[in-house]
Amino acid sequence: MEADAYTALPNRRPATAVAHDWVTTVDHKQIGILYIVASCFFLTLGGLEALLMRLQLWMPDLEIVSPQTFNQLFTMHGTTMIFFVVMPVEAGMANYLVPLMIGARDMAFPRLNAFGFWMFLFGGFLLYFSYFGAMGLYGAGSAPDIGWYAYAPLTSPAFSRGNSTDYWLLGTMISGVGSVSFAVNMIATIITMRAPGMRLSMMPLFAWMILVTSGLIVFAFPPFTAAEIMMLFDRHLGAHFFDTQAGGDGLLWQHLFWFFGHPEVYILALPAFGIVSEVIPVFSRKVIFGYASMVAATVSIGFIAMGVWAHHMFTVGMSSTIDLFFSAATFLIAVPTGIKMFNWTATLYGGRIRLTVPMLFSLGFLSLFLIGGLTGIMLAIVPMDWQLSDSYFLIGHFHFVAFGGIFFAVMSAYYYWYPKAIGRKMNRKLGLWHFWLQFIGFNLTFIPMHFSGILGMPRRVYTYKAGVGLEFWNQVTTVGAIITGISLLFFIVNLWYSYFYGEEAGDDPWNAWTLEWATTSPPPAYNFEELPVVKSRRPLWDLKHPDDPDWKHE
Amino acid sequence: MKDRPVAQDGIQSQRSHGRIEPDDARRTCAAGLLMTAKLPSRIVIRSLRRVLLTAMALLGTANVLLAESTSIFDTASYNSEKISEIFLLVLAITGLIFVLVFSAIAVFVVRFRARRSETEDEPEPPQIYGSWPIEIAWTIAPLLIIFVLFLVVVRSVNEQRPTQAPGDAVQVRVIGNQWWWSFEYPELGFITANELHVPLDDTEDPSSVFMQLESADVAHSFWVPRLAGKTDLIPNRINTMWFTPNETGVYYGQCAEYCGTQHSKMLLRVIVETPSEFAAWVENEKKPAVNDPAVADGRALFLEHSCASCHTIRGTNARGTFGPDLTHLMSRQTIGAGAAENNHDNLITWITNPHVFKTGCYMPEMKLTAENVKTVVSYLETLR
Ligand code: HEM
Ligand SMILES: [Cu+2]
Repeated sequence: MEADAYTALPNRRPATAVAHDWVTTVDHKQIGILYIVASCFFLTLGGLEALLMRLQLWMPDLEIVSPQTFNQLFTMHGTTMIFFVVMPVEAGMANYLVPLMIGARDMAFPRLNAFGFWMFLFGGFLLYFSYFGAMGLYGAGSAPDIGWYAYAPLTSPAFSRGNSTDYWLLGTMISGVGSVSFAVNMIATIITMRAPGMRLSMMPLFAWMILVTSGLIVFAFPPFTAAEIMMLFDRHLGAHFFDTQAGGDGLLWQHLFWFFGHPEVYILALPAFGIVSEVIPVFSRKVIFGYASMVAATVSIGFIAMGVWAHHMFTVGMSSTIDLFFSAATFLIAVPTGIKMFNWTATLYGGRIRLTVPMLFSLGFLSLFLIGGLTGIMLAIVPMDWQLSDSYFLIGHFHFVAFGGIFFAVMSAYYYWYPKAIGRKMNRKLGLWHFWLQFIGFNLTFIPMHFSGILGMPRRVYTYKAGVGLEFWNQVTTVGAIITGISLLFFIVNLWYSYFYGEEAGDDPWNAWTLEWATTSPPPAYNFEELPVVKSRRPLWDLKHPDDPDWKHE
Repeated sequence: MKDRPVAQDGIQSQRSHGRIEPDDARRTCAAGLLMTAKLPSRIVIRSLRRVLLTAMALLGTANVLLAESTSIFDTASYNSEKISEIFLLVLAITGLIFVLVFSAIAVFVVRFRARRSETEDEPEPPQIYGSWPIEIAWTIAPLLIIFVLFLVVVRSVNEQRPTQAPGDAVQVRVIGNQWWWSFEYPELGFITANELHVPLDDTEDPSSVFMQLESADVAHSFWVPRLAGKTDLIPNRINTMWFTPNETGVYYGQCAEYCGTQHSKMLLRVIVETPSEFAAWVENEKKPAVNDPAVADGRALFLEHSCASCHTIRGTNARGTFGPDLTHLMSRQTIGAGAAENNHDNLITWITNPHVFKTGCYMPEMKLTAENVKTVVSYLETLR
């Protein structure tokens, strides 16, 4: 009796004590969940901003929102989605999973880990506080309206008054500090804390991709922070780095920004690649095809990603030689990316494919990311880029990568690892509704954008030309956006419903192979009672198939 | 005007950046032969384009028939035509890749889908760890494809890059302003705004409009989809681009680089005319502003008020350059960079409150009495 009362105790603790636990936690799993919950919060904001934009673009010459507000909406939407939705949700998943996957008890620096999370959250709050405080005494609060890449000199004091741009700079800069803390910690953890026997070449691909991602963060964020500090100097201390009115250089900002901004795309994409590299094999009942070439591709993507930034600048009038160099480098990145696509596809071959919800999302990733990749090749063709960049075609392209690819993979991860974290499976019926609505909504939203771009619609416009065929495609897009929004309601309901009523999962509901499935669901604070022997890439496969273990083949 | 450097200087400085002349590039490039070889599939591409255009027409986006189209496939110049040819080539290649990979995924999923009756305990399928020959093959195949694509890029970049203006090209100096365009014809000696007149190409020499692009404030981008790709206007920098229109008409474009509040209404139109029409237009633009004594009151009001501090009217004391040159205002179809049609009522509204058409634009409300506004407008309406 007493023992029962004792074990039941945690559920009865007062809310303040529970909150205290979460706020002061240094456990990688709890921090992971904090990241994920925070990203859901920002997703709601970023999603509403997107919907508002799409309503405004329902017809030409609407004024549902003012031009000024529209400019704030796309700025906040882009900044939020990139810095405060996709990055944290992936950081959260990495936080939760990597120590488990490599058989570690926690991260190398648990307190740094907590610090990273709180910096990120503070950065996000600061950015959104601009809605209340940005213009200070000048008038009502207002959010930044400089676009997510904050091009100089639009951000210089002459063209951006008030403090909204400062909120943008400080918000992203502070959350960037969080990202670097996360990355350093991940690298240290992965390099030094793997389970006995687990060589780097045996690490799950997800951990590999997080390792390379972390490397990219460490290389890309500090220059970005430096550039932002320079911009703050411009704005407040009268420096003239980017202040073109005083002879500063607007292109310098573009170079510095994209030197960070392009790797950032891969910082978002690589974890997604990692996710599908875990999900597809398990639900095909096959080992991943070409592990070694997968790792090689990841590492080379990491390197090449640092050298392609100026493909965002083909229209700024660099010399032909420079344009051609960056065009070639961009093409080059298609090769490792292609290898990955082919390896995932080949993993399906000869398998016994179970179309679970996580698998559906991963297959969604495969097909949509394929399209995003191919339109990326189009944009690497310099003269085509002259027509397509900064048009809706480009918006279509990168949403195919960021939403169709990355976000579908993230969804796959939710459904795949939820049972591990919560102990219950997510509801399949709701999951199917979610998947199909999101898939249909997504395509209705983003395929038409390619057409509106081809029809001459630039990005970042609050209205467009009537009578040239743009109405139709914009309306399809808006309908698609609404459907996508509804699909996310199914997701939220599912998260909540399954928490209470989901089917009990057990330790290893998918019959998977990596170490996180070797502990209870949810895992105890210390992660593992006992680690299986790690002799191959799939330790649990070896356990389940003693007759034909993996290490014989590697 | 005197204090502005003339276009030739800018072009000179561009050349000193060491741009590659197309011919040099062809000679020096190892793959020169490949590059200059005519695409064997030109005919295929032509018919593909027709198919694509028809398809788009069927989809309700028929621009071929719409006079105001801004589709990049409705090409009206040598340059946009070249780009749309590449587009179709690339569409064919990527389309093929898409079909192959996508059908592989689809076929595998259908073919290898676990049957419902199967339970978890069923034996695992054979494990395939990889295959070096296959993995190497699909590393090399994309390499070959991108190599070919790269040659296409080299060829067309070298062809499309502004190098220098041929003697007979019309020179235009384009200055982007928040949120309107200034067009200066340095050789012809006048400035106009928001609507660019150019002559139809009458020779085989593909460079009839040569532009020098600058910005007065933030970054902008010049984009007229039917005529050419976009080129940015960056403060403290001079960019160049050219195009050769091969069809008369009005071509719509707009700023394509986000430049602040009214980026959306930084519209422009290019009017491609026959050489004789163009010459007539030039003759008119060259003249100073009409000085009609019948509207002397309006003229006086304009000069007394701060209008003159922002706008130029040649032949008067109005020398402002903050706003568009109004010398031949009535030769333009729109006001406010395409924000509204240029007619009597709209001029009255614009001067009373420009924000009706263009919220946030930098022209202030002029605080004139309704009577005075009418008087000013009657003067403006003589500026043909
Ligand atoms: C009664 C005096 C004024 C008159 C009659 C007048 C007239 C006009 C007209 C007709 C246009 C449209 C020109 C075109 O698009 O081709 C225009 C645009 C413009 N004006 Fe004025 N203007 C006056 C005063 C001013 C003043 C004082 C300023 C400077 C503060 C100014 C700044 C501008 C600007 C920046 C534009 C471009 C707006 C845009 O398209 O974004 N104007 N003005
Ligand atoms: Cu602009």
